[in-house]
Amino acid sequence: MITVENLTKRYGPHPAVDDVSFHCEPGTVTGFLGPNGAGKSTTMRMICGLTAPTAGRATVSGRPYRELPNPGREVGVLLDASAQHAGRTGREALTLSAYTMGLDRREVAAKLDLVGLNAVAAKRRVRAYSLGMRQRLGLAQALLGDPRVLILDEPANGLDPEGIFWMRGLLRDFADRGGTVLLSSHLLREVEAVADRLVVIGGGRIVAQGDKNELLAGGGTVVRARDRAALRRALEVAGLSAADSSEGLLVQADAEAVGQAAADAGVALAELRPASGGGLEQLFLTLTAGESTKEAVR
Amino acid sequence: MTTTAPAAGAVAPRHHTPASRPSLLRLSGVELRKLVDTRAGRWLLITIGLIAAVVVTLQLIYAEEADQTFGSFFVPSLLPVGVLLPVLGILSITSEWSQRTALTTYALVPRRERVVTAKLVAVMVAALGSVLASLALAAVGTLVASATGGAGTWQLDGSLILNAVILQVTSVLMGAAFGLLLLNPPLAIVGYFLLPTVWGVLGEMVRPLRGPSEWLDTSKTMEPLFSSDALTGEQWGRIVVSLLVWMVLPLAAGLFRTLRREVS
Repeated sequence: MITVENLTKRYGPHPAVDDVSFHCEPGTVTGFLGPNGAGKSTTMRMICGLTAPTAGRATVSGRPYRELPNPGREVGVLLDASAQHAGRTGREALTLSAYTMGLDRREVAAKLDLVGLNAVAAKRRVRAYSLGMRQRLGLAQALLGDPRVLILDEPANGLDPEGIFWMRGLLRDFADRGGTVLLSSHLLREVEAVADRLVVIGGGRIVAQGDKNELLAGGGTVVRARDRAALRRALEVAGLSAADSSEGLLVQADAEAVGQAAADAGVALAELRPASGGGLEQLFLTLTAGESTKEAVR
Repeated sequence: MTTTAPAAGAVAPRHHTPASRPSLLRLSGVELRKLVDTRAGRWLLITIGLIAAVVVTLQLIYAEEADQTFGSFFVPSLLPVGVLLPVLGILSITSEWSQRTALTTYALVPRRERVVTAKLVAVMVAALGSVLASLALAAVGTLVASATGGAGTWQLDGSLILNAVILQVTSVLMGAAFGLLLLNPPLAIVGYFLLPTVWGVLGEMVRPLRGPSEWLDTSKTMEPLFSSDALTGEQWGRIVVSLLVWMVLPLAAGLFRTLRREVS
């Protein structure tokens, strides 16, 4: 379980993270979404005690991270797959972590096997690893101490489609068995496929959070009729605002209300469905476009 | 292709009893391992050993036969080794930042002062090891000398070994202190070698500095440690004062900086 309360980090006058609060329950995957520079990594570093917050606090399994006696056994952390000593072999990097946590050396081989790094890859120096292999090594490191919580920053970066699919299954399974996962990404599809809950951040502030399905349902309804003008009038009468889209009219209301409005006006519908396609992407862009533009011109 | 198809094996969060925190002994062991588990670290240690061996060999060839004693093999090997040990101390601390492994290290041990302590223990163990290596090489030199007509006498004052230990441990700690303070390998190495030299030169050139330099220039204050004569109280005093400035002060300031620094 992860609890974040009013976390704030300022660098000079510029708030990188501004009053961020959310929590992650056991048994769920929380997707932490936002464009680059939105404050995802800073928030995660603050949760892990690597960056001191300006204000607010965060706890993991009920305690501030720095007070966990042996954090690796409680929380698996992968913040940057490239942060490995280039001159160590993959196996050696894990062995050092295993010794630090007081684990049996057999765990190293088991976790390397789990993430699909074979004996040849394990003996190579990290310098020679591709980004995808580094991500797998980082994931092995996070899983090494059999933690109950996983905190992963952009773990899908550099993985091939097969690797992404595999990781999705692994995280889903971990959560289904009672684990807590906090997973950041700017790859919306990746998060949409695996997360139960979403926390969307832009410009250091949380712009939306909640159940994934509830957030997605806010996308509106697509409705199409042969007589487009009549449909538009019917919606106006019902007090529903409609916008033109390539697929028909996009209405900010649920399908039931739109269907009723059309029926009341006697307009025959050709299509009526929840807006999809864009889905989370639409939400994500709407919520963060302004923020990231501000970010870019700052 | 070096990644195999991942095993379908699941990862389940295990409910184990809260694990105890790693002991300082364990952390020191990890840090010792880090000194030797990369090519760069291994070669630094090998170089230190080789240099000591070269010094002993040169003495076998060029020193007067009467001077080919255990003590005179041992003492000269201390200086070049003492020059490289600080580099070991610096790299042990700074490579965590330059290679960005600090992210993993401090995520696993968030009490950073424990990691720093373990690193200091590890480099001190390495310094003690270097004294043992110097003794072993001096012993080999003495054996060869007695076989080739040198004096080959085995006499060595216990105080000389103690002095050597003080010399090597403090020099590795001075390096580590500079590493902690500057947190950047090239900067710390250059700073470590440049600052005392500049200070030494200034102490020679600027008359008012000559007095303080007797107390603050470690190359001067540590010099008596190379001889087997017992040190006077004032000599000890100078060593302590110079170490306060070049070791304790940067260690304290560096620890302060390391504990607060943002790891990213």
